[in-house]
Amino acid sequence: MSDTLTYVYAIARDVDPAAVAALQGVGGGAVRTLDAGGVLAVVSDVDRGEFEERALEERLEDLEWLAATARAHHHVVDTLGHDHLVAPLALATVYFDDDRVRAVLDEGRATFAAVLDQLSGRAEWGVKVYGRPGGAAAAATQEKPGSGAEYLRRRRQALRETDTALDDARDAAAEVDAAVTTLAAASRSHRLQDATLSGESDPMVLNRAYLVPIDRAADLREVVASLEGHPRIRVELTGPWVPYSFAQAPEGAAP
Amino acid sequence: MSDPVRWTGQMPSAPQQGRQPASQNGGGDGTNLADILERVLDKGIVIAGDVQINLLDIELLTIKLRLVVASVDRAKEMGIDWWERDPTLSSGHRELEEENQRLRDRLEALENGRAPAALDRGDDAERADEPDDEAGDDLEEDLEDEPDDAGDEPVDEEPEPAPARKRSSQQRSGQQRRRRTTR
Repeated sequence: MSDTLTYVYAIARDVDPAAVAALQGVGGGAVRTLDAGGVLAVVSDVDRGEFEERALEERLEDLEWLAATARAHHHVVDTLGHDHLVAPLALATVYFDDDRVRAVLDEGRATFAAVLDQLSGRAEWGVKVYGRPGGAAAAATQEKPGSGAEYLRRRRQALRETDTALDDARDAAAEVDAAVTTLAAASRSHRLQDATLSGESDPMVLNRAYLVPIDRAADLREVVASLEGHPRIRVELTGPWVPYSFAQAPEGAAP
Repeated sequence: MSDPVRWTGQMPSAPQQGRQPASQNGGGDGTNLADILERVLDKGIVIAGDVQINLLDIELLTIKLRLVVASVDRAKEMGIDWWERDPTLSSGHRELEEENQRLRDRLEALENGRAPAALDRGDDAERADEPDDEAGDDLEEDLEDEPDDAGDEPVDEEPEPAPARKRSSQQRSGQQRRRRTTR
């Protein structure tokens, strides 16, 4: 048994080994490719002690480790996705050795090829919509309440206004979704991010990923830019991403 | 807030947007960690590796993160510190505290058969025996800026699980309000 395991970042096509030579992977390991004819895997060695079953379970609960690993994973996928067709794998997909990875590639070659075809010429964009807080509610929190009763009255009123504002924001977000969907080949919804995770105090009302043909990216940006200054919502566009949200094996074709 | 369109993602195929290749931001903090996590944890091709793992669901992760990140600052952001800015409430509370303390001291002195005058000042050491008042004293610590009371409860400076913290803050404020109105 060797001291290392093989961590797989992504499945890709036509990657020159030299293109990954300078890349550092999870835990600082050198990134390399494993070619299995037609499709290849982007991998690096990781420490067995760190990625063995029990150790990994614990590590995944360690937020700092998780964040560092997620960023390292993303870094490899993202850098390579810059000018290659790649289909990212979920975090921490680990095999005992390179031969095991080659075997998986052989077995799933057709599936992986289909996934890659689907992603070709397209990029993922993230659209997040936040409700804007109502003007009156904002004012109420700025002035000092004169008494406890006054405070409570204002809180109640602010809550009512917040409810209405949220409904309006959701309606507006649905329109944004409809507009962006016309440009997209596919879309998938992500969970609304908790304020703690998003770091935003405004409530998130839409969090969706869109698979957009590369030549439509400009249109997408235009749609989002046209929403600047919208009274009810604030729209945030992220991307282009390597199409994580659309890298899926077709139904019934799992390797 | 001022910029409704923020480009937090990386820009692999769009160099014209002024973002540099991912090698500069993909592994750094240029991209929102939450956005990365919701993709690398929840999305991507899922194939069974040789090492069986249970990735933490992003929702669970959020809950966990909330416990870690949130602190009293968050509670303040949410506006449940309104009493802190109200001098009448704060000072009123302090008077109550002192009065309470005096009464307790007298009671204890009577029970011990000692002279009440000898114990006319609040004594922090007693708090451990007085769970009811402990909450009140903690409230006072929350009301004041921490450094003043730092010696009492340094733990207050640490980020704590928010739910507990928030609950206790609300509880405390409720308690305070009760005291205020029954006065």
